[in-house]
Amino acid sequence: MTMRRSAALVGNPNAGKSALFNALTGARQKIANYPGVTVERKGGRLLLPNGEPVELTDLPGSYSLHTTSPDEEVTRRVILGELPGEPAPQVLVIVLDASNLEQHLVFAQEVIALGRPCVVALNMVDLAERDGLTIDPLALEAALGVKVVPTVAVRRRGLTELIEAIAEAETTSTRAAITHERAQPGSVNDFTERRLTAHVIAESAIISESARHRLHSQLDRLLLHPWLGPVVLFALLFVVFQAVFSGAQPFADALQAGVGVITDFVRHHLPPSLARNLLTDGILGGVGSVVVFLPQIIILFFFILALEASGYMARAAFLMDRMMAYVGLSGRSFIPLLSSFACAIPGIMATRSITDPKDRLTTILIAPLMTCSARLPVYAVIIAAFIPNRNLGWHIGLQGLVLFVLYVAGIVGAMAVAVVLRGTLTKGAASGFIMEMPKYQLPRVKDMAIGLMQRAWIFLHRAGTIIFTVTVVLWLLLNFPRAQPGQDQIDASVAGHLANGLAVVIKPIGFNRDIALSLIPAMAAREVSVSTLATTYAVASAGDEVQTSHRLADQLKTHWTLPTALAFLAWFVFAPQCMSTIAVTRRETNGWKWPAFMLLYLFVLAYIAAGITYWSAIALGL
Amino acid sequence: MTLDSLPVGLSARIIAVDWAQLADEEAQRLRALGLDVGAKVEVAHRGVFAGRDPLAISVGRMTVALRRVHARAMQVETTQIAAKQVEVAGA
Repeated sequence: MTMRRSAALVGNPNAGKSALFNALTGARQKIANYPGVTVERKGGRLLLPNGEPVELTDLPGSYSLHTTSPDEEVTRRVILGELPGEPAPQVLVIVLDASNLEQHLVFAQEVIALGRPCVVALNMVDLAERDGLTIDPLALEAALGVKVVPTVAVRRRGLTELIEAIAEAETTSTRAAITHERAQPGSVNDFTERRLTAHVIAESAIISESARHRLHSQLDRLLLHPWLGPVVLFALLFVVFQAVFSGAQPFADALQAGVGVITDFVRHHLPPSLARNLLTDGILGGVGSVVVFLPQIIILFFFILALEASGYMARAAFLMDRMMAYVGLSGRSFIPLLSSFACAIPGIMATRSITDPKDRLTTILIAPLMTCSARLPVYAVIIAAFIPNRNLGWHIGLQGLVLFVLYVAGIVGAMAVAVVLRGTLTKGAASGFIMEMPKYQLPRVKDMAIGLMQRAWIFLHRAGTIIFTVTVVLWLLLNFPRAQPGQDQIDASVAGHLANGLAVVIKPIGFNRDIALSLIPAMAAREVSVSTLATTYAVASAGDEVQTSHRLADQLKTHWTLPTALAFLAWFVFAPQCMSTIAVTRRETNGWKWPAFMLLYLFVLAYIAAGITYWSAIALGL
Repeated sequence: MTLDSLPVGLSARIIAVDWAQLADEEAQRLRALGLDVGAKVEVAHRGVFAGRDPLAISVGRMTVALRRVHARAMQVETTQIAAKQVEVAGA
């Protein structure tokens, strides 16, 4: 039996590990979770010069083996081989930021002291040079006692040498110069000693050092400016939302046209039957109307990934910390909450970096209030149907403005809920906010492309599985039992009977029975409500080819009033209609108590918000 | 003087830290980021709202964000050149 060769990248956060990982493994990566925990596991494969494959993992960034967060805990357990089902990597590739050598050497010494086969990747040497730092890799190698390879991951510099070093590291035993006692990792004396040693090593390895590069501090002077900083932040967020809405339109139209072409093709080449109906109205209509929102999701993730890669995300956290402190949270919650704009699931999973448990729980509970990308299909359809596409001047469209208001409503709601929770259920001492602010960097096209591909795939996978299944099940519920001659198909169906019950409950907030019908399967995922409405109206007009081809927006306009549409939008600002979010919350909070609470409080809020919106709109004569 | 009252842009050295004022994890993280006795620091930026909280501290080649409560636990001493500037400014 041959043992698979394995290696892992370890290092401080912001060492450029992900870029190095992308450069070493290319786009063929597997993203999963570590068994039993919810820390993301990034795995890939690199080829040695002799063609032999090595399983490479990118471990979560860590400052020490003495851990302060679940992410760091995973890194520690993987390195020590303590994680069940995850054999310890044979070679540890320690990634150092050459432009911040002294700091990164502290953790490097701790890892080297374990006595395992190690290679040091002295990464971002180009940035160090830009900062006026010249480092002697041989001096560093002599001091650390392990092979040191200078690399520039983003320019693929030094990769061949690094791969060779990984291949050799397994065959040569480490001759660690730093022979620490294998004491408890992270004990205080050890730590101070490592810090002092790091200073000495860095001094000896740095040949020349000129003045610090000014670009970062100049950028910070603008972006962290007490008044300009927040202005820039909000301007940026506003641009993002305008881009998501208007920039995606041509692509969405093209996708929709594509689905239309396929539908027509099927209709012309298959004889009329229930099966053809299922294919065109059920599957193509349902999945198609969700997939067309892929462009918007990609644009949103493009901005989130770019903000993260550029280093701006940490500045946003800094600017927002005091605001978050008002509601009992910290700037750390800002990043998970901002991620929740894309999807609450990665957002909730990102709360693992919040060390305070009550802080973390509060963030998890309010994360679903951030307008996730799954709401976009719902918002987009309703806005396109009911809000006129008027230009208010300065390139601000009325549709974009309404979308912005919906986002703001979610944020304000979340803040209010956080205040209430921090004063009651998650009462406790205010949490701390300590984080490194990474250097500014231009996001790399390749890293962005890989990130976007992964996000797009996750979305399509969801559309292809959950939404596909739900659409088909719903089509069955809508079409069986078959209606008697003269009877309406929806009234006769199983779904119709279910919706009748629900309709009574939601009638006071202006919702009709079609909405009740769309809310049932939307429990799986919010965007399903769109495909359900598409399916419902397609079924209702079956037999009339002209009407069937009407776009969903036109259908909605004939069936709904403006107050109903607005109430529907308000409902989705709050409604917890996403099984995956509930499932992730259960996993992250280790039980059903908090997800149950989340479901309850969000439905109550959604009902109240929709009711207020409906009756206000009526009172205003809309 | 504690770090939270250090004026923006002045260089100083941490001379003592009252770790007892801080939660274990906070203390550990601060040390991991190099905020420890002997470190040369500078307040690079301060926040926007009430009390200009949080603070962005330059330490080594890094910038670390922390809150006033953390900075208050750190005793600093302005380095000589900086101290002279203070005198000049004060005169």
